[in-house]
Amino acid sequence: MPLATEPRRPPRPRPTKGAPRAGRDRRVLDRGAWFLVLPALLPILVLSVGPLLYGIALAFTDAQSGRTEPTQWIGTLNFQDLAKDTLFWESFRIGLLWAVGVTVPQFLLALGLALLLDQDLRLRRLARALAIIPWAMPEVVVGVMWRLVYNPDAGILNETLRDLGLGDGRDWLSGLATALPAVIVVGVWAGMPQTTVALLAGLQNTPRELHEAAAMDGAGAWRRFRTVTWPTLRPVAFAITALNFIWNFNSFALVYVLTNGGPGGRTRLPMLFAYEEAFGYGQFGYAAAMGCVMVAVISVVLAFRLAGRLRAGGEEA
Amino acid sequence: MRTRRTARAGQYLALLAYLVFLAFPFLWLVSTAFKPPRELGSLHPTWIPKDPTLANFRQAFGEQPLLDALFNSLVAALGAAVVAVLIATPMAYVMARHRTPLARAATGWVVVSQAFPFVLVIIPLFLVLKNLRLINSVPGLVMVYVVWALPFALWMLVGYVRAVPPELEEAAAVDGAGRLRTLVSVTAPLLAPGIVATALFAFITAWNEFFFALVLLKSPQKQTLPVVLTHFIGAEGVADLGPLAAAAFLATLPSLVIFALIQKRITGGMLAGAVKS
Repeated sequence: MPLATEPRRPPRPRPTKGAPRAGRDRRVLDRGAWFLVLPALLPILVLSVGPLLYGIALAFTDAQSGRTEPTQWIGTLNFQDLAKDTLFWESFRIGLLWAVGVTVPQFLLALGLALLLDQDLRLRRLARALAIIPWAMPEVVVGVMWRLVYNPDAGILNETLRDLGLGDGRDWLSGLATALPAVIVVGVWAGMPQTTVALLAGLQNTPRELHEAAAMDGAGAWRRFRTVTWPTLRPVAFAITALNFIWNFNSFALVYVLTNGGPGGRTRLPMLFAYEEAFGYGQFGYAAAMGCVMVAVISVVLAFRLAGRLRAGGEEA
Repeated sequence: MRTRRTARAGQYLALLAYLVFLAFPFLWLVSTAFKPPRELGSLHPTWIPKDPTLANFRQAFGEQPLLDALFNSLVAALGAAVVAVLIATPMAYVMARHRTPLARAATGWVVVSQAFPFVLVIIPLFLVLKNLRLINSVPGLVMVYVVWALPFALWMLVGYVRAVPPELEEAAAVDGAGRLRTLVSVTAPLLAPGIVATALFAFITAWNEFFFALVLLKSPQKQTLPVVLTHFIGAEGVADLGPLAAAAFLATLPSLVIFALIQKRITGGMLAGAVKS
């Protein structure tokens, strides 16, 4: 999860003439360097870059699981089918709702928490350690845990509502209206720590002196945030939000465990849909086409992020 | 002065609210794991079990092949962590020290690989591993996990390598040490803490992973913990809550312990990455 831009190489003196090897032109890889790179490069090519290209190619074939006839190129037929597949677009709509619904509160809540943890509060260290617990948990356990919270009878949510006299509660995860909001809450919960840590790192970069000077000049908290904190925080905030959006749009395990896409497809994210298509019905080609459409959406987001970064870079210059 | 004090109180209150929100689901999981069936069935569940029991844990081990799963998860996570660090460290070194097109392409891959929808990668991987007869095998899964853990491992390690002053290596070279010698006896010891942190992070990543394991492991004895956990939830979504909570609690413990150990380094690593932005 690279958060920010490619780190710049620290400046250092040119190596002296006497230094062998280490002093060579570092723009060219010599044999020794290749020897260091290959053990990682080969698996990356075979198990990551290769499969990705293969996957894109599959989208233009009629590949199916367990079929004996050879697979054939069918051009853009999968995409034409996809365009007419209302179920897929419904799932796509839900996926976007979910990704935005999770990413935005995630950012706002994490920003609040990061601002608090940046203060000189007591127990700050303990709070910081506790705040990242959700990050360490397996997604499946997060799902299981929240199923226990949402459980209509034995769950703590309904029990609390009953105690407060707010009615009998409901079956949150199987209600048509409540299922998506309920899983979105879990998504926000699960992704908050990472966002908080990233924002906190960004906050610790803001110049203290500027803050103090602004306070001396009588700038209120909000004013100081807008004029001193936010400009420094912005690159980190954009980076983590873009990444969160991508991760959320591609997420699978949480919702698989919580609702498995139900009730009636109300929480069927695109990943769940594509998984069913590929490994439930064996439609490899069609599922790969879905993956391609998802990549296209993500590329658009990344392009926005890049454009934003270029703009920010222009202002700095 | 007064307003400052109220502001402080407000901050503490807000922090408390955050901690409650972040901690209560986990506390509820622990509470459920130690409750006897009678209390789980009651309409008025309590936070603290009235009659705490270990029966859920015993039942969990009886219902599903948890021991097998524990072993598989351990092999997969250890294998992924060790191999990932072994191959990532030299590459990270080159990426940090050389400014070649390859190093830049690798950095690009680290970023782009975050955006892959897994479904686009998993179908080809499934086909490739099937041809290699590595479907339904833990070693096959380890191979996938290694590559899956590489982007973050590389990113962390490049940061650590950059923190080692190149002058040290140059000094060793001046003293007549060959390149490999320099790497092994000068650079590697300085990198050791970073390498350990990276390995532990890769371990957690693999230990927690679900999607690849779900697709690639079919027989129950071969599956990892997260996949076996989902078997506690029946077809209609009806779950035996006690054993489910107990097994989920067990599956979380290793990650939590390791995370507590490297917590500072991860936040520190994030910090370093952000400082350079």
